[in-house]
Amino acid sequence: MEMEQVMYLIGKFGTLFTDSCRTAGGVFLLLGDTLRSMFRYRLRWDQMLEQMYFIGIRSQVVVLTTGAFTGAVFAAQVWFQFKRFGMESAIGPTVSIAMCRELGPVLCCLLLAGRVGAAMAAELSSMKITEQVDALRALGVYPVEYLIVPRFLALVISAPILTALALVTGIGVGYFVAVKIFGVDGAYYWDNTIKFTDRKDVMIALIKSFIFAVIIASIACHKGMNCPPGTAGVGKTTTEAVVNASLALLIVNFFLTVLLNALLYSN
Amino acid sequence: MLELKGIQKSMGGQPVLRGVNLKIGSAEKVVVIGRSGCGKSVMLRIIMGLLSPEAGEVFFEGTRLTGLSEEAWNPYRKKIGMLFQGAALFDSLSVFDNLAFPLREHGEKNENVLREKVTEALKIVSLSGTEEKMPAELSGGMKKRAALARAIICRPALMLYDEPTTGLDPIVADSINRLILHLGKMLGMASIVVTHDMTSARMVGDRIAYLHEGKIYFQGTPEQVDKCEDPLVRDFVRGHAEGIDVVG
Repeated sequence: MEMEQVMYLIGKFGTLFTDSCRTAGGVFLLLGDTLRSMFRYRLRWDQMLEQMYFIGIRSQVVVLTTGAFTGAVFAAQVWFQFKRFGMESAIGPTVSIAMCRELGPVLCCLLLAGRVGAAMAAELSSMKITEQVDALRALGVYPVEYLIVPRFLALVISAPILTALALVTGIGVGYFVAVKIFGVDGAYYWDNTIKFTDRKDVMIALIKSFIFAVIIASIACHKGMNCPPGTAGVGKTTTEAVVNASLALLIVNFFLTVLLNALLYSN
Repeated sequence: MLELKGIQKSMGGQPVLRGVNLKIGSAEKVVVIGRSGCGKSVMLRIIMGLLSPEAGEVFFEGTRLTGLSEEAWNPYRKKIGMLFQGAALFDSLSVFDNLAFPLREHGEKNENVLREKVTEALKIVSLSGTEEKMPAELSGGMKKRAALARAIICRPALMLYDEPTTGLDPIVADSINRLILHLGKMLGMASIVVTHDMTSARMVGDRIAYLHEGKIYFQGTPEQVDKCEDPLVRDFVRGHAEGIDVVG
């Protein structure tokens, strides 16, 4: 009996592993097809601009709010700790470096995974189950070129811009909280922020958000285009797209942190 | 015009088509009937290039379509139209934009020409004046008509109908059947109609083919099908469920 249970668990893990490998393979194949389609077909500017409006403009409120309150909370927490050692002047660079290297790109892209990734997966899977994707092919249009390329490009262009906005807001609100609420010296705050925040920190934020956008778009579009039949499939697909994209983003973030640190700060 | 030779296809590990052979001549109307899940729609999708067969070949106007790349398929898709079971109108586009879509994709940019062709296509399917409506504002029958107008707007040589009357009331279903007949005559198109609606099959088919266990089991004129004494064909045509367990 025990042996049977062990074999059952091994079977379950095996299935999970092979399913994960199959999904990862599917995501990479779709990514390759998307990149190929970008160069093989004409770019649909109208579609891309429409998606950029949805992703870039319509996500601003949520991204700016997140950036602002992350900066505010982080500045407050750092002040609570640093004031014990008389290190208030280090609050500025601490907030700005943390925002650039981790909090800005990760939180901004997690929000995009929730808002944009879910919308992409839901829209594509709805089109899939109502045969609209097949109808596109029947009318001689390659679905990857028409549906995925504009969404992919819109997200990889918008995500770094939104991240930059989140950084500016977070650092600005951090300044407001530290200087105007907790009475930290404003001149020291800015001077140290500018002195210790490197151009490379901003580069890390932009590179990370670009790569996170590639991950979100690839996973959400892959899930949407492989939706199982039925309306229950749309819900399942949407949830899986957000969960998988968020987990992938957090895992990749660790490796990116190590890699970018090694590449940019090796000397 | 179209020939299927030994088409085989499995779905989810289960063999669905096990060697379908079928020939369709120019302007001929063939109805494919068969039980639910017997592979009728799969067959249409293989003809349209939406699915690839595991074995067998599809020839259209003498050209072998099987194995063509997505790009190489596209010129033939202009010559083959398809009406999907659920109409498959693009729900983010108005009726006008849905109908203009294939024309725009084929390079037509002149808005006056587009409007003229869309108006004409909508008139053929008796949907004049619905250009600005969204698909969600149309009834089931209107959606099918609009989708039909979109499918014929490029004047295909072969039209595929996937269960065109499913889910429609008998009056609307009859109007769709009449439309299929009218379009066949007017545009000289060949057509393949997949259905399990025998009224529709008798009305629109020059020939009826019965698909059973992945093969064309029987084919003949509607009269021959009605007179067929084979128990499988007879039970299907008359709608008998003998031999099928009913749990309850």
